[in-house]
Amino acid sequence: MSQSSVQPSVQPVGALEVPARGRIRFDNRYIAPLFISFILLVGHLFYGILESYERTALAIVAALVTELILGRIFFGKWLNLASAYISGISVGILIRSPAFWPYALCSVLSIMSKYVLRVKGRHLWNPSNFGICVLLFLAPETVAALTIQWGNFIWPMLVIWILGSIIIWRAKRFHISAAYVISFFAFAFLRSWITGDPWRSEISPITGPMYQLFVFFMVTDPKTTVKSKKWQCIVVIVVAFVEMLLRLNQVVYAPLYALFIVGPAAMLIEIWLESRRSVA
Amino acid sequence: MIGSKLARIVLVVVFITLLAVPLIMKRVASRRETGALDETAALNRYGFRLSEVARTSGIDFTHQAPTLDRQLDHIMPQVASMGAAVSVVDYDRDGWSDLYVTNSGEGSKNALFKNNTDGSFKDVAPEMGVADLNQAGTGVSMGSVWGDYDNDGYEDLFLYKWGKPELFHNDAGQKFTRVSEKAGLPSWVNANTAVWFDYDRDGRLDLFLGGYYAEDVDLWHLKNTKMMPESFEYAKNGGRKYLFRNLGDGSFEEVSQKVGIDTRRWALAATVADLRGTGNQDLFIANDYGISELFFNDGKQFREAGKQTGVGFSPKSGMNASVGDILNQGRYSIYVSNISEEGILIQGNNLWVPREGTVGDSLKYDNLARAMDVEIGGWSFGAQFGDLNNDGTLDLYLVNGYVSADRNQNYWYDFSKIAGGNSTIISDAAHWPAMDGRSLSGYQQKKVWLNDGAGKFLNVAQAVGVSDVFDGRAVALVDLWNRGVLDVVVANQKGPLLIYKNNVTPENKWISFELEGAVSNRSAIGAEVRLFWDGRQQVQQVSGGSGFCSQNQRRLHFGVGKNPRIEKAEIRWPSGKIETIDRPSAGQLYRIKEAA
Repeated sequence: MSQSSVQPSVQPVGALEVPARGRIRFDNRYIAPLFISFILLVGHLFYGILESYERTALAIVAALVTELILGRIFFGKWLNLASAYISGISVGILIRSPAFWPYALCSVLSIMSKYVLRVKGRHLWNPSNFGICVLLFLAPETVAALTIQWGNFIWPMLVIWILGSIIIWRAKRFHISAAYVISFFAFAFLRSWITGDPWRSEISPITGPMYQLFVFFMVTDPKTTVKSKKWQCIVVIVVAFVEMLLRLNQVVYAPLYALFIVGPAAMLIEIWLESRRSVA
Repeated sequence: MIGSKLARIVLVVVFITLLAVPLIMKRVASRRETGALDETAALNRYGFRLSEVARTSGIDFTHQAPTLDRQLDHIMPQVASMGAAVSVVDYDRDGWSDLYVTNSGEGSKNALFKNNTDGSFKDVAPEMGVADLNQAGTGVSMGSVWGDYDNDGYEDLFLYKWGKPELFHNDAGQKFTRVSEKAGLPSWVNANTAVWFDYDRDGRLDLFLGGYYAEDVDLWHLKNTKMMPESFEYAKNGGRKYLFRNLGDGSFEEVSQKVGIDTRRWALAATVADLRGTGNQDLFIANDYGISELFFNDGKQFREAGKQTGVGFSPKSGMNASVGDILNQGRYSIYVSNISEEGILIQGNNLWVPREGTVGDSLKYDNLARAMDVEIGGWSFGAQFGDLNNDGTLDLYLVNGYVSADRNQNYWYDFSKIAGGNSTIISDAAHWPAMDGRSLSGYQQKKVWLNDGAGKFLNVAQAVGVSDVFDGRAVALVDLWNRGVLDVVVANQKGPLLIYKNNVTPENKWISFELEGAVSNRSAIGAEVRLFWDGRQQVQQVSGGSGFCSQNQRRLHFGVGKNPRIEKAEIRWPSGKIETIDRPSAGQLYRIKEAA
């Protein structure tokens, strides 16, 4: 498939319904960006979660500009920026660094990965997952991911869970998040049994902020998940399983790395199977 | 088609180049630091070198950690991780600085190292009555600050503990008498910071005391294990704060709530300074598990101004509060230490520099730690500003390291796992995974940041002879041998007390001031000296406690560089009086008594 015939991911969660012509209707593509902006705003106003407005703004602007430029170059048009906005804001929330450059670099790499790392016209990695993992690999002395730097209280999480669930339900991707969460808990109890650590310490991470973005925005990304519902569930269960293996090896960013490994592998398998079918 | 292919090739090249950026940045950063140098090379290049001389000075002191309730056994190393502290005092007024060092094992002894003036020290704490202060049931020492609360000319000792705080009256340098009951101190405070200052400028020293764990928690007899912070960064279930107003008859009135200091954040360090130029000393509190707090002092009342000034917005793990005029602009910057662990948690330390053009109540701070290269210090604890090479700019000495145990295994994974969780999980010690002998940011290299006077600091620790990797807690700067240089004393958790003797190039000159209040409190705490020389100026203040669990020497030490022409020294006393010394000489210690 030629490059010019396929666009990169421009549709975030919620972009499945096309507005009917002539009707005044809210475009579903903007639900996810609005939701994530809401999380950010509430988190920052109540808890001051951001290192600074400037860094988050830098991440968002870098993502938007990169998307605009690359979209123009490779597709000859100005692309819808909803997806790039989600990538940028995810970077702004999830990356923690006192420096400015990692925010810009992470966003740019995230967006570029959609254009560079492609097979059969489909990009393989969730953009922000790719960018964040690369920065964590290459710049650990400057960059960390959000793990313990957010409010640990339950009520904001409940609000996020309820709103997030409604949104991904509307986007018909609730099953992905649900499969992941259920398997996370199952593997958490298994880890507790294996390591002897308190089970509450094993389920502790999913009650934290990083997982809210991970569960609602990363594992459900329409462009980097396989197509069938059943396999979407199986893939996230595998993500949770790999995460468990990484956790048993005391890897702090286990969920991000698990998705980084499993997501593209699943995509490649699907692409390979599809190409075999089309040949047949 | 060719254009598209070319564009794609360019895209891939740019992508690969960008992937290399972090590696380039790392390489650039690593080039700035230098390895170990011998004495001559260090003196030539940096103007000073430090040599560790504790043992040869007769100081053989190793801190012991407490053993708390058995319900905390599985995480004991990280809970019982503080208590090594050092404060500088000339308790017998012989003109030579002595050291008071706390211990924290149950039944362990604190030490008062008297300066023998010949290069050696002797522990006189037992005969002076300030050694055996960690008896079972009374808690254990966390730190001390000295201040002459009764203006009799001798510095008195306030000892804060995880336990019963104690005040000792200095009986003319011959003995200490415990006066805690008369002073009206509370029966139990789990404190990690205290500062003497005269908040209402009535000529009598008052005392701030900051709680860490809540005061109803007896760490040796836990009612339950829900005594941990409710959040890693938003905790408000720590100890209360106290402000003891000196009534002048040996007793104190607790006035914190009355004057507007009402917070239960987890205070680890506090310091005071006249940040707004009002003559009143404002109170800065660095909190663990949360934001810092800055209380503007209006003389009778305090107002929290952390968010307004910018210092109280981004929550981190504050463990140090020290002030210094690092830019020689006559204003104080504030240094707060936090946690940075490669690949896991990069909070970065904060260097709050007052924004130009903001004064008084409109004061604003910018965090310039990164811009000035004093940001990454590991699991940082105490830090102090002082001119280590007498070049006329304040340098920064930082100690770090949390739990040094098994070198090959660390607890960070489990720590981050639990710390990211909901408050019901994190706040209960029973939910924390066992440490099992693992390290947590252990064996860290200290930082000796040299101020280049042009807005940058350079870490020269290795080059100037600082290579220890103990779990540093408190650091104090003091001219131990009256040589016109700042030596460094470091108290290490479960480690030895270190004395770094400073050898400074003689080309760089100095001048010192020892102040004694008359109308103001006799310790002169809060007094400022503003020195003008060679078109430069620097302000320093007499402090009643700064850093982490430490107190520097009372004496104000200024480095003034080569061939200085000193114009004047302006002294502003807490009473408001201003005295000026015209053309003071370099290489001199000026002992100044406030005019009555």
